[in-house]
Amino acid sequence: MLLVGKGSSVGHGTELSPDISRGLGLYFLVLGLLNAYYCVRLWTDKGFQEKWKGANEPVSKVRLAAFPLVWSLLTTYMLGTSIEFFNGVGPVLSEAFRDWMDRLMGPVNYFVISTAAFIALIVFRRIFAKNVTGWVLLNGSLLFIGISMTDPDFRGIVAKPDNVPITMLIYSVGFTTWLALRQAVINDDRIKEGKKPLEAEGAEKVLTWPDLVYTEMLAMVLCTVFLLVWSICLKAPLEPPASTTKIPNPSKAPWYFLGLQEMLVYFDPWLAGVVLPTYIIIGLCAMPYIDYNKKGNGYYTFAERPFAIITFLFGFLVLWVVLIVLGTFLRGPNWNFFGFYEVWDPDKTVALNNIDLSDLLYLDLLNTGKPSNILAREWLGILLVLSYFLITPFIMAKTFMKEMFIRMGLIRFLVMTNIFLMMAFLPIKMVLRWAFNLKYIIAIPEMFLNV
Amino acid sequence: MSLADDIKNSQIWRSIFRHAAPVDRRNRIVVMLTNFFLHLHPVSVRKSGIALSYTWCMGGITFFLFLVETVTGVLLMFYYRPTLEHAFLDILSLRDVTTLGILRELHRWGAHAMVICIWLHMYRVFLTGSYKPPREFNWVIGTILLVLTLLLSFTGYLLPWDQLAIWAITVGSNMARATPFVGYEGPGAKLLTIGDVPLIHSGGDARFLLLAGRSVGEGTLLRFYVLHCVAIPIVVATLIAIHFWRIRKDGNISGPL
Ligand code: HEM
Repeated sequence: MLLVGKGSSVGHGTELSPDISRGLGLYFLVLGLLNAYYCVRLWTDKGFQEKWKGANEPVSKVRLAAFPLVWSLLTTYMLGTSIEFFNGVGPVLSEAFRDWMDRLMGPVNYFVISTAAFIALIVFRRIFAKNVTGWVLLNGSLLFIGISMTDPDFRGIVAKPDNVPITMLIYSVGFTTWLALRQAVINDDRIKEGKKPLEAEGAEKVLTWPDLVYTEMLAMVLCTVFLLVWSICLKAPLEPPASTTKIPNPSKAPWYFLGLQEMLVYFDPWLAGVVLPTYIIIGLCAMPYIDYNKKGNGYYTFAERPFAIITFLFGFLVLWVVLIVLGTFLRGPNWNFFGFYEVWDPDKTVALNNIDLSDLLYLDLLNTGKPSNILAREWLGILLVLSYFLITPFIMAKTFMKEMFIRMGLIRFLVMTNIFLMMAFLPIKMVLRWAFNLKYIIAIPEMFLNV
Repeated sequence: MSLADDIKNSQIWRSIFRHAAPVDRRNRIVVMLTNFFLHLHPVSVRKSGIALSYTWCMGGITFFLFLVETVTGVLLMFYYRPTLEHAFLDILSLRDVTTLGILRELHRWGAHAMVICIWLHMYRVFLTGSYKPPREFNWVIGTILLVLTLLLSFTGYLLPWDQLAIWAITVGSNMARATPFVGYEGPGAKLLTIGDVPLIHSGGDARFLLLAGRSVGEGTLLRFYVLHCVAIPIVVATLIAIHFWRIRKDGNISGPL
């Protein structure tokens, strides 16, 4: 069972303070009203449903009729929940569901599910780009957050002032991704039909005054209002004065660097904190010079530049945003993983039985004990890493990237593959860790050289 | 003639604005050419280029937030002293005493918003392929702006001098000590010696340079304060100017060829 009414559940934190209950009442009221408006449009406006299910797609009559009905029920539920919260008897998530979620989640599952969602996003981008999908996802996630807010641990971490921007980040990145893919899908269809992309229809010039300056004016006013409301509603955090002896656990970098801090689980600081960030910067700068594809300049498209888009989106969405969310919301004391509804227990212990490649080779496989000479000990790892970076590019050039290699030329191709392989290094290292408990491929702590 | 017209035709008004009110086509063109702030823009623009669904307005909003940060930041400097003795208490009184204490909220949330908006701006520039020729170099300038924006946020994070601040900066700057060759725990640092004397040690490496000490302390506060309030903003402002100039020179907002 997912939800239980107040009072019928025992366990931690089911009591909501009146303030929080009222806040959630307001939250569900706004959500309900928004959807009520949507339902009214669905029922009364014939063109509206056509537009929202996506253009020229045959949909059965039953589904066409069922959708407004289901959505109306959902809206009624939202409004009903709102009233319950205003009366202080709102539903909370059942203990069983929370425990199940917490047990299900771990760094591995979290990352694998995110990656799967990313692949689905790319493969099913047509479905994702529909208005209906966007609306369902938006409301689904808002419902999830709203109900989860009844859990004290979830609330404590999501409502922390400095974490609020992350929720904004998730929604703005989600929305812009949807918007961009929607236009890309439309343009790809047009290009297939031999037409020009949509943007080409707006080629005529308009005067900057008034067409642009008024938009800018409006944007500035809206931003100012937004910032003012945000600043009035949410106090900037101020913790106790700095103390060099009281070390908080966990100590976290500012949220926009938490993707990098999360990489520390898999790489030593010299890689996660120095080399990889440098690569990100260099990779970004190099991008315009290695992307030889002339198409897709100045309009949204997917089909004309799939490699570039998939690579960049994987980097930005999965390796950056997903890791930031992981680092902020799901990492607690000692950088252990904690589910959404789990208490941050500083005494939680997670067995660490990670081993280096040289352990695997000499202790498990050969049973000879490790040689004392560094090179003799680490030759396999060094060989693997060197061949990964030095030989794979040539294999790529000979096989599935043949055409790219020819069109890019040697130097450009080597730069591109080098950056590409460095980016792929992170997920590879993750999988090695999860599958074989592998700590370091090369372990030379004598020289701080662990890979 | 109304009073407004009288004012607009007065010698003072005309000396400031140099053109008549932009109500007809001619003056709407003239205003773009004769006004210092507006001359950043071209006189006319592609219709598709200024569509909200195309640019998401994110570059413009990033710029606006930079201006908000500059104004609120300068005002905050009136209330804040970067010393161990005063820093925390000055922030505390911004919260509890100062009438315009909301300045701090505006500045902090504005900074977070700027980080988000600059990412989204980069995201849309990528997705529309606008980094392709002839705009390659403007993308590079943008990337540098991105790094500097993050550094601005990072250096500012320390200034309240509370637990949140010093430990976030400690965690972040600890990376520097692992920098290859120039961090004392970085690979290769041990190779840099003169005779038996190591060149790179905890009292002389990349992190020491950043923190002005072996750990985050008063020297760090001063260093970060100067970087945050003077050095980085000047560079960012200059680069934004070049960024905008290049947009014009590269043929304005991108569109299908
Ligand atoms: C302080 C930071 C920045 C500011 C204030 C800024 C501002 C702007 C503005 C106002 C535009 C006009 C079009 C639009 O709004 O999208 C623009 C365009 C552009 N920006 Fe930025 N930007 C910044 C950072 C970046 C970054 C991080 C990148 C990329 C890495 C970038 C790359 C570009 C490019 C290539 C264009 C031309 C796009 C086109 O013609 O369609 N900028 N920028």
